[in-house]
Amino acid sequence: MKSVEFAEILKNEEIADSTYSMELFCPEIAKKAAAGQFIEIYTGLGENILPRPISISEIDSENGKLTLVYQVVGRGTDYFSQCPVGDMLKIMGPCGNGFNISHDIKQHIIVGGGIGIPPLLELCKRLDGEVNVFLGAKSSPVLADKFKSLGAEVFIATDDGSVGFRGNVVELMEEIKPQGKMIYSCGPKIMLKFLSAWAEKNNIPVQVSMEERMACGIGACVGCAVKIRKSGCNDWQNLKVCKDGPVFMGDEVVWDE
Amino acid sequence: MNNIKTSVDICGVVMKNPVTTASGTFGSGREFSDFVDLNKLGAVTVKGVASEPWKGNDSPRIAEVYGGMLNSVGLQNPGAEYFIENDIPFLRQFDTRIIVNICGHSIEEYCRAAERLSEADIDLFELNISCPNVSEGGITFGTVPSMAEKVVSEVKKYCKKPLIVKLTPNVTDITEIAKAAVSGGADALSLINTLLGMKIDIKRRKPVLANKVGGFSGPAIKPVAVRMVYQVSKVVNVPVIGMGGIADYEDAIEFIMAGAAAVAVGTANFMNPFATVEIVDGIEKFMRENDIYDISDIRGIID
Repeated sequence: MKSVEFAEILKNEEIADSTYSMELFCPEIAKKAAAGQFIEIYTGLGENILPRPISISEIDSENGKLTLVYQVVGRGTDYFSQCPVGDMLKIMGPCGNGFNISHDIKQHIIVGGGIGIPPLLELCKRLDGEVNVFLGAKSSPVLADKFKSLGAEVFIATDDGSVGFRGNVVELMEEIKPQGKMIYSCGPKIMLKFLSAWAEKNNIPVQVSMEERMACGIGACVGCAVKIRKSGCNDWQNLKVCKDGPVFMGDEVVWDE
Repeated sequence: MNNIKTSVDICGVVMKNPVTTASGTFGSGREFSDFVDLNKLGAVTVKGVASEPWKGNDSPRIAEVYGGMLNSVGLQNPGAEYFIENDIPFLRQFDTRIIVNICGHSIEEYCRAAERLSEADIDLFELNISCPNVSEGGITFGTVPSMAEKVVSEVKKYCKKPLIVKLTPNVTDITEIAKAAVSGGADALSLINTLLGMKIDIKRRKPVLANKVGGFSGPAIKPVAVRMVYQVSKVVNVPVIGMGGIADYEDAIEFIMAGAAAVAVGTANFMNPFATVEIVDGIEKFMRENDIYDISDIRGIID
């Protein structure tokens, strides 16, 4: 059950270049939210009619708070970045299905790339046992310290080599050869594609959180299609990132690019 | 005034109020049931249904533009059988009319969909001869008057419920198509479908939509839609369902004054999931405040 709520901005600060961390007071949605879900934020600007889907980075259901870490990529997110503390934002959610968490699994691998890293933070809090975290970015991944403070082992890959391994995160995994019973990931499609191939080769199931341009966020507009294999036959269907996802199994996705 | 009359009659089917949804923006109603009491709507117009499942176009299918959006979904739908089994029983739990939008790539496919769905428990058909996002069928039937007349007259043979024909605005003179659809047997008309549009990502030097072009909808297109509803209402004697950028009750009243018997809320559902019910309530409030007893008293009052 989704709700629409007017959320008070409790915090909204730049934590990296054009990347912001925003804390919202929204008890209705916070109490229902799960790791890997997202919310829709309405801009309130007449010309920008569509709500913006933003993943949930941290959930504090007890105190009714959600933390979002978002990057300014256009007019909507630019507007959010300028909203002062105390402002109210109209939001809807929680949207989509989160990550599938099994408490029988005690050894996990988290793989995040760029602005795909934030939703993995709440997930990391909720996993039992050993967690190896691989973070990739152009020059410095966000939230690395937060993962470390949760007790996870964190490995970093950057395109320019300014922090950690120089190269992409899947190349780094090929070097480290992490052990795990489940991989959870979010990031650019190309990363998810190569990661899914790596996971298949190493016989580890992988959950991938996908992104696509969307309008409604609730499964009505059928805008955010992603090709998913049908089981038991050599065919695929377009499923909705907002409603059927955003998390899919890597071996179900048709990686056509 | 206690007893205002908001109900409207569309080809013998009474809607309790003039508000329905624009096909493709409201799923089958289920998607919005967290927010909207479907009992409050005059009708639910469902997403286009074909005789067989359609996969739709590649992503990206959505692009925001100033005051509106583009879509190129390509009528992805699970097909008539799935719809009959899953969506009709769901909608029938509510006191609202069911308008089934049907699509096809050919006259034969339209007819097959109409024939199959005529056996189902629905109230009205809406024939989509105006989708800009499929290469065959869809819009080609909606832009040439003789083709429009032919497809309508063929499909009509298979319809056991009244037939609304949905028109595209992407024509030189919409009244010609409107007249052709009526002479083919349309019991009502709905307009407008989306305007064909395009957006280019200047950094990637590529169209934003995988399909390159898509249908433009949202508040920005409303003046075009009002003008076309006005023009068509003057030249046909069947009910017109007006749509195109309706986001609040004032927009809805504008369409009714232009000649619409009923109105459909589309893209506004994405902007505000409560849009439909707010418009229903707003129309009622407007009628009370302006001493309008019957909604049809203001229909087409613009000369």
